[in-house]
Amino acid sequence: MTHPYIPNAEPAVRAEMLAAIGVESVEDFYADIPAALRLNRPLDLPAPITSEHELVRHMGALLGRNTDTTEVLSFLGGGCYPHHVPAVCDEVNTRGEFLTAYAGEPYEDHGRFQAIFEYVSMMAELLEMDVVNVPTYDGFQASGTALRMAARYTGRSTVLVTAAIGADKLSKLHDFLAPDIEIAMIPVTETGEAAAFTVDDSVAAVYLEYPNAYGVVETRMAEIAELAHAQGALLVVSADPIALGVLAPPATLGADIVCGDIQSLGMHQSYGGGHAGYIATRDEPRLVAEFPSRLFGIAPTAVPGEYGFGDVFYDRTSFALREEGKEWVGTAASLWGITAGVYLALMGPEGMRELGETVLARTRYAMDELGAVPGVRVLHPEGVHFREFAVEVADADALLTALRAHGIFAGVRLDAGTLLVCVTERHSKDDIDTLVRAVREVQG
Amino acid sequence: MGAVGESFAKLPIEAKPPLRRFHQARWDEPIIFELSSPGRRGIGVPEAGVPAVELPAAVRRQAPPALPEMSQLHVLRHYVRLSQETLGVDVNIAVGQGTCTMKYSPKVNDRFVSDTRIAELHPAQPEDSVQGVLEIYWRMERMLAEISGLHRVSLQPNSGSAAIYTNIAMIRAYHASRGEGEQRDQVITTMFSHPSNAACAKLAGYEVITLMPDADGHPDIEALRAAVGPRTAALMITNPEDTGIYNPRIAEFVELVHGVGGLACYDQANANGILGITRAAEAGFDLCHFNLHKTFSTPHMCGGPAAGASGVAEKLVPFLPGPTVEFDGERYFLDADRPQSIGKVRPYLGVTQNVVRAYAWIMALGAEGLRQVAETAVLNNNYLQHKILQIRGASAPWGRRRLEQVRYSWEELYEETGVHSEDIGVRAADFGVHYWTSHHPYLVPEPFTLEPTESYSKEDLDEYAAILAHVAEEARTDPEFVKGAPYNQTVHKIDPTCLDDPEQWAPTWRAYVRKHLS
Repeated sequence: MTHPYIPNAEPAVRAEMLAAIGVESVEDFYADIPAALRLNRPLDLPAPITSEHELVRHMGALLGRNTDTTEVLSFLGGGCYPHHVPAVCDEVNTRGEFLTAYAGEPYEDHGRFQAIFEYVSMMAELLEMDVVNVPTYDGFQASGTALRMAARYTGRSTVLVTAAIGADKLSKLHDFLAPDIEIAMIPVTETGEAAAFTVDDSVAAVYLEYPNAYGVVETRMAEIAELAHAQGALLVVSADPIALGVLAPPATLGADIVCGDIQSLGMHQSYGGGHAGYIATRDEPRLVAEFPSRLFGIAPTAVPGEYGFGDVFYDRTSFALREEGKEWVGTAASLWGITAGVYLALMGPEGMRELGETVLARTRYAMDELGAVPGVRVLHPEGVHFREFAVEVADADALLTALRAHGIFAGVRLDAGTLLVCVTERHSKDDIDTLVRAVREVQG
Repeated sequence: MGAVGESFAKLPIEAKPPLRRFHQARWDEPIIFELSSPGRRGIGVPEAGVPAVELPAAVRRQAPPALPEMSQLHVLRHYVRLSQETLGVDVNIAVGQGTCTMKYSPKVNDRFVSDTRIAELHPAQPEDSVQGVLEIYWRMERMLAEISGLHRVSLQPNSGSAAIYTNIAMIRAYHASRGEGEQRDQVITTMFSHPSNAACAKLAGYEVITLMPDADGHPDIEALRAAVGPRTAALMITNPEDTGIYNPRIAEFVELVHGVGGLACYDQANANGILGITRAAEAGFDLCHFNLHKTFSTPHMCGGPAAGASGVAEKLVPFLPGPTVEFDGERYFLDADRPQSIGKVRPYLGVTQNVVRAYAWIMALGAEGLRQVAETAVLNNNYLQHKILQIRGASAPWGRRRLEQVRYSWEELYEETGVHSEDIGVRAADFGVHYWTSHHPYLVPEPFTLEPTESYSKEDLDEYAAILAHVAEEARTDPEFVKGAPYNQTVHKIDPTCLDDPEQWAPTWRAYVRKHLS
């Protein structure tokens, strides 16, 4: 059978093409590959499933071994969040034209350029910053790059990083900054916020998360910005954009570089596959020069009334300059940017505010209710929380296992005695009450 | 023909003209902010149903974000129009983006990832509730290990370039573990390897040495001989390179690097033409990477999300990013207890959607199918080359055999007409196809790089070549016309000068309004 994905595998076509080229066989094309380097046997792979029906059956059997978060009550967050994904987000990002386009040119891919330009523009409004990049891989990468940008900008090599950061993200920062940037930690107080610390003139950046790894909103950001700026350091803030319908944009509190992950804005959890990173700055050429990623801008065309698009300041990138460019640029996560744009356009200013208020209120409700259960202690109860909070229990694993039997994924395990509980607009009051009842029962 | 008042043509309908009469969608679509009308909404959100929380003034947003206000249909319509103004693989003969391996992404695979049993999985779920997805990761890793001949594979990297970075991070950790971290501070790459090889090595703290091609178009082995030494950490090389030329002395390159204690790292972004024919292991490589969105068919998604795979020889296994997926014969589980690991390179396990798609694609093809993919990609490339080289003004430097792509040159055409390769590409778009020049620097003058892959039919290749032949002829007869392109596109000729001028550039609507409208 000619495989459905390979039209020219059909023998007669193959023969016709070989004849046109004037060679005997395809083997002739491979003459430069020495015999010693040949794999002289077929690859040892499972037998092909060439019928689509059987492939669907095979995949269905594998997928059937998963239990997804719509089948249970899940309070898992910790970096990947169960926000509602509007149907229009899926409709747009599964359009074949977007789904299968590559990084084409501004002409034949005008729509792609405009859609990404609009995404960065809507992010810019949410962030109140003028420059936002075409998405990078994920929030981890965005933070790593933002800190490297700060180091290049200041010519300094120490960064002060909040200890209220997820362990995996910190691991990434250690790897990514390793050769030449030292990380020092800012401790966390009883309120869950950054403790007092000093900044000297070796510091390139102070780095905060907003909300942080405990779901706590840093309320002293403006003060910390002043502290950093007084020593010539930048304030870098990783912010989840979903919170910014209600929380002040970090830029208005003095942040110089804002970064983060856009998974919350219309991407499914997809076992961690829905991440994309953003980086934003003010429109200062020296700062813009430090972006490794692509920036799209408006340009005029030969016809009045037409918006053209193109790459802003391309000669910063490794595409243009190889190792002399800033970091590297390659295929990253553009479609999630377009999707996040659709999300922001659907929500509008009021939707973002309402969503933020719902999440704030339900988070507080869940904290109060869970905190009233004997044997459960809510950490940082006085802090302002958005979407997440940590609880101390006698045995996190035992509690998770017991709640699993109730059809509940109760939270992300931070350590043997601590769980991180996530509440979004998808968790109704009833859902929270169900969790609290179940905890009461298994703790009792 | 067909003007008002003229008589209609008769049945039977005449054959189509040799070149397609194409016109890209042109909706004259406003920027989304211009569609906003106060008070409109695209979606409702749940009310809290519990007491509200009053935020302290220090963190309360003062003014609502100036996002567009639109009803749902109008958001949808805007984006559907923009999608129509985009030329994906599903709508064009996508052979014009060499080095990027544009191929058909089977639709059935998209359905697997929109299934809630992938889309609604949280990465921190208990392992017993994600046995299916862990099995896919595990099986996919085994299959890529076989395809590369290497020992283990990480599917964590977000893309090909992220996999290049992951590989250099593992190289750094390996040398450090042997006490040679300080001493080995150089990485050798080649000019026709992807720019990320050089850029990632530099970022990881290495001095980069770039080998230039010799008279045959191969990376210069004498230059390599001169470059290797006790400071060599690694060779990072693509083969076949982005020229489409396979370096037959690749094993010698690897030996030279091994001889001085360095590691050899294979960029297999161009693996499509050699699947099942030759592997990283046979040439002695210690590491390699694949791009799942190139070789294994996951869609390119306007520039990602992609997915990369990093393969390593046994001695590098301890350094793989954690956690790894393991199988004890009964159940699949994650192993995060990896003391020498470079740590995390991204959140969680990988771009799961693309791992699932690529897995399904390999399962649909098997060993024989992958071999057919490779052979057909190479046949298609050589057939297209045969057609392109019949076009006067087109050439392919270094008269070597090519595998899955060719870096061509319009140097002769440019000298005759003054029309640049870039102009040709813009004009080609008027016929409904995409065309890319090459990465900088343009070592081949007036370059263009075509990579037909296995997805396209002989008729597709004939049509693509006919379009380029037509445009080359236009360049000869009316060069100004070609330079004035596009004519059948959504927009007309763009003046890019403002994009490099800080006074004028507008990387967001906000910046545009501030700089140009107020």
